[in-house]
Amino acid sequence: MRLVALCALPALAAAMAFATSARRFVRWRIGVLVAVAATHLALVATLWIVPAAPVLGGWLAADALGLIVLTLTSVLFFAATLHAVGYLRRERQRGGRVFVGGLLGFLCATSLVALSQHLALLWVGLEATTFTVAPLIFHRHDRRSLEAVWKYLLISSVGIALALLGLFFLATAQTGVAGRPLVLSDLLAHARDLHPAWLHAAFLFLLVGFGTKMGLAPMHTWKPDTYGEAPSLVSGLMAGALTSCAFLGVARITQVTMAARMGPFVQPVLVGFGLLSLAVAAIFIIGQGDVKRLLAYSSVEHMGLLVLGLGLGGIGAYGTVLHVLNNGLAKAWLFLVVGNVVLATGSSAAAANRGLVRTLPISGALLVLGLFAVTGSPPFGLFLSEFTILRAAFGAGHPWIAVLMLLFLAIIFVGMAVMILEMALGEPEPRAGHAPESWWLLAGPVGLAAAVLLLGVYIPGPLQHALTIAATALGGTAP
Amino acid sequence: MSGSALAALVALLVIAPLLPGVAVKTKSVLTGRRGAPVLQLYYDLWKLVGKRSVYSATTTWIFRAGPVVMLVSVVAAALFLPLDGRAAPAAFDGDLVAFAALLALGRFALVLAGLDTGSSFEGMGASREVTFASFAEPVLFLCFLTLMLATGQLSLSGMLGVPLLAAWPRAAASLGLAGLSLFVLLLVENSRVPVDDPATHLELTMVHEVIVLDHSGPDLAIILYGSAVKLAVFGALVTEVFVPRSGLSAPASFVALLGGLIITAAAVGVVESSMARLRLTRVPQLLAGAGALAFFGLILLMR
Amino acid sequence: MHTAPQLVLLLIMLTNFAVLGTTRLSTCIRAVALQGLLLGVLSLLLARQFTLHAGALALGTVAVKAVALPWFLEWAIREASVRREIEPLVGFNASLLLGALAVALAFAITARLPLPGLREELLVPISLATVIIGFIVVTGRRKALTQVVGYLMLENGIYLFGLTQTDSMPFLLELGVLLDLFVVVFVMGIVIFHINREFDSLDSARLEELTD
Repeated sequence: MRLVALCALPALAAAMAFATSARRFVRWRIGVLVAVAATHLALVATLWIVPAAPVLGGWLAADALGLIVLTLTSVLFFAATLHAVGYLRRERQRGGRVFVGGLLGFLCATSLVALSQHLALLWVGLEATTFTVAPLIFHRHDRRSLEAVWKYLLISSVGIALALLGLFFLATAQTGVAGRPLVLSDLLAHARDLHPAWLHAAFLFLLVGFGTKMGLAPMHTWKPDTYGEAPSLVSGLMAGALTSCAFLGVARITQVTMAARMGPFVQPVLVGFGLLSLAVAAIFIIGQGDVKRLLAYSSVEHMGLLVLGLGLGGIGAYGTVLHVLNNGLAKAWLFLVVGNVVLATGSSAAAANRGLVRTLPISGALLVLGLFAVTGSPPFGLFLSEFTILRAAFGAGHPWIAVLMLLFLAIIFVGMAVMILEMALGEPEPRAGHAPESWWLLAGPVGLAAAVLLLGVYIPGPLQHALTIAATALGGTAP
Repeated sequence: MSGSALAALVALLVIAPLLPGVAVKTKSVLTGRRGAPVLQLYYDLWKLVGKRSVYSATTTWIFRAGPVVMLVSVVAAALFLPLDGRAAPAAFDGDLVAFAALLALGRFALVLAGLDTGSSFEGMGASREVTFASFAEPVLFLCFLTLMLATGQLSLSGMLGVPLLAAWPRAAASLGLAGLSLFVLLLVENSRVPVDDPATHLELTMVHEVIVLDHSGPDLAIILYGSAVKLAVFGALVTEVFVPRSGLSAPASFVALLGGLIITAAAVGVVESSMARLRLTRVPQLLAGAGALAFFGLILLMR
Repeated sequence: MHTAPQLVLLLIMLTNFAVLGTTRLSTCIRAVALQGLLLGVLSLLLARQFTLHAGALALGTVAVKAVALPWFLEWAIREASVRREIEPLVGFNASLLLGALAVALAFAITARLPLPGLREELLVPISLATVIIGFIVVTGRRKALTQVVGYLMLENGIYLFGLTQTDSMPFLLELGVLLDLFVVVFVMGIVIFHINREFDSLDSARLEELTD
């Protein structure tokens, strides 16, 4: 019942938000947004304490991996909602009807993706994220965001369509095999009987299709434009929650193929895509001029790490699942902080922002800390997950992968540090005064930063347990 | 050389001038006019033969030889078609290449004759005509390839003769697509709309007519007759593909050929009345489309 | 022509070539609408028994792909007052050539991925060919509207392939997929409307401000 509520509640709220007129009910709409986000988070928290049984004939269930992604989504959405309160106040746009409705629709779609055990339902949810997020990207209604949303729509839709073809290939692989078609549990149970050629084809198409939504290279070209032009909190949600949900799709098909003993085919492909994403991110981060685009390429890098860890197997799978959490939290943190900066200074270009630690002390500090977090420095959580993936590379007998990974991570660190430290330190513009930082705008990033710090030092018992189960499901082991 | 094949050839040569008349009549009727009589080309040929040819001072023997070579080559090409549905007067393995070569020779002779006049209009028409032909040749060979694969024969007599009837049930889709491509080729090679408007009188818009602009009298009669025979040859090709007549007796086969030719000419008239001429740069696109269809038919056979 | 499904599949292939080769946008839209209609007809022809589900699904497919979406795209053309596609990134002749190659590729792939027990064996290669050709249109054309048409063709090809697995997708999910498609194209249409308002043209090559 809770599982259905997790998907239905945001949908109902979205419908209510759209049904009301644009001009009035502004505060009411924001109130509904916050209430739904809080309720969603509370419900997800109860799932950790009292697990929920599968519903709808096994189509919706909270397995370990799905629960982790769902929790991440819920936490990020709550943080983004708090930020949205401050954002909508400052921006004072056209009532925010489409904005709030789109956000709630996004929550519904991502919850659906996280909880689906029927792969076609997962696909429907992921496709729904495309059109719920599009109006959010286009929020500013100017030329650049128009271009960004068009590219995003086209590339995402084509990618998702290819994923649908992959799903059909998977169903074809299941012909003559026992079990309900495209239901994860049945797929896993009879994985060895699946038709190998069709399963290969299905894996490739699903990887490319879901990888497009993730932003893996070479299907990442929409990312810089989209993250650069969308409002920062939307970019944060996309970079944290949406990419993780898309990764969940890749993880599901990997589960199936690993259960079908196709490791030797699947793993090199995953490693290849991972290294390619790392390389592309490293190349394009050098010389970036805009901090949001910089963070977009950082997102490409982390997607590469996720897929790399998945492909390395062993403890790499554990590192990957941990990294999903860490990366999601850190990305959202950084984007929300950048959102504060943009609200205060009006631009996200690096050249326009200087001396942020003086003009916006808390945001500036969070920005610098976020730099270190996102590039994998201890004591933040990303260090732990990236180090685990590194260990997996050595453990799999491919030290050259580890060397390449370190090289790319180093280049990325340098590129990001140059821009962010320039922005944070230095002399601020003479005319820039102290911009007040409202509590709403800071609560989210501070909370997320604390979470990332915590995960770097101590992983709570239940979470550790869930991570281990998820890693085993993906064909790996826990350290 | 069987008697029925020769008789069919003679019949083709006799009724060839009827076909442009049928096309024009169909087009006129569909556009609400009465149009010229169906036998108009016969009257024109008779009138032209009675006149004298006028030759420009800049022309040489090429100009006089052009029409004759064109007519002879077209008739020679017709020799390779099994017009009675069974065997052609001349046949050998690979004669489809000879067929295409003879048609190309005729076109070449006519183009040379046009260039011989030294007029820029003819040069313009010549370059256009030859460009279209260079796109059309591959499509023609693609269609022949499809026929070859469908029937397993290497000679036109075989491809369009007895084995074709047996091939239809198996390869209906491919043969249909090949026939459609051949119809488009017919429109291109015989300079009909949408490639070239035979009724235009503006030299800058002409492709084929401008090449023969300077011919007069019996020469022009030969050219007009030769064009009609070329239309008949292509019409016969299209008819043979769609209506394999090897199972019919000789008189029935002859009637079927006649009927097929007239229907093809009427179809040309229908196309002419419903479409405008394409822009010159679009004609290669039309041919590419026809080629794609023929290629698709070929692929269907090869799986 | 052995069977009605074969004839329908061949007609679908002809609509693919029509979209590849034509310059007029309304012809593109009509070709895709015809494709949608043929898809609905084919799903009925291939259904093992005529159930209510099969009929409803076919009706839904026709309603969305052959009526609603093409009508919406025609509205977008009229709003934007565009008639023709300008010379695209991949020229028309090259597109036709690539389309022919796509067909060959689709047949080659089908030969390597056998699907025994299939009623209509042309279904797999023609669906793959439609997917590839749709992809060619999306990536090779400049007008935003033609890109949407290409996306529709891509989806049609995938739907065609899905017809080989008539019992794998529950009715509700098929409806969900159809609804998703409708909403996505609807959102695309709205964005196109904004593009036209902002740039006064639908030439997506004008969208080049964001770059690294």
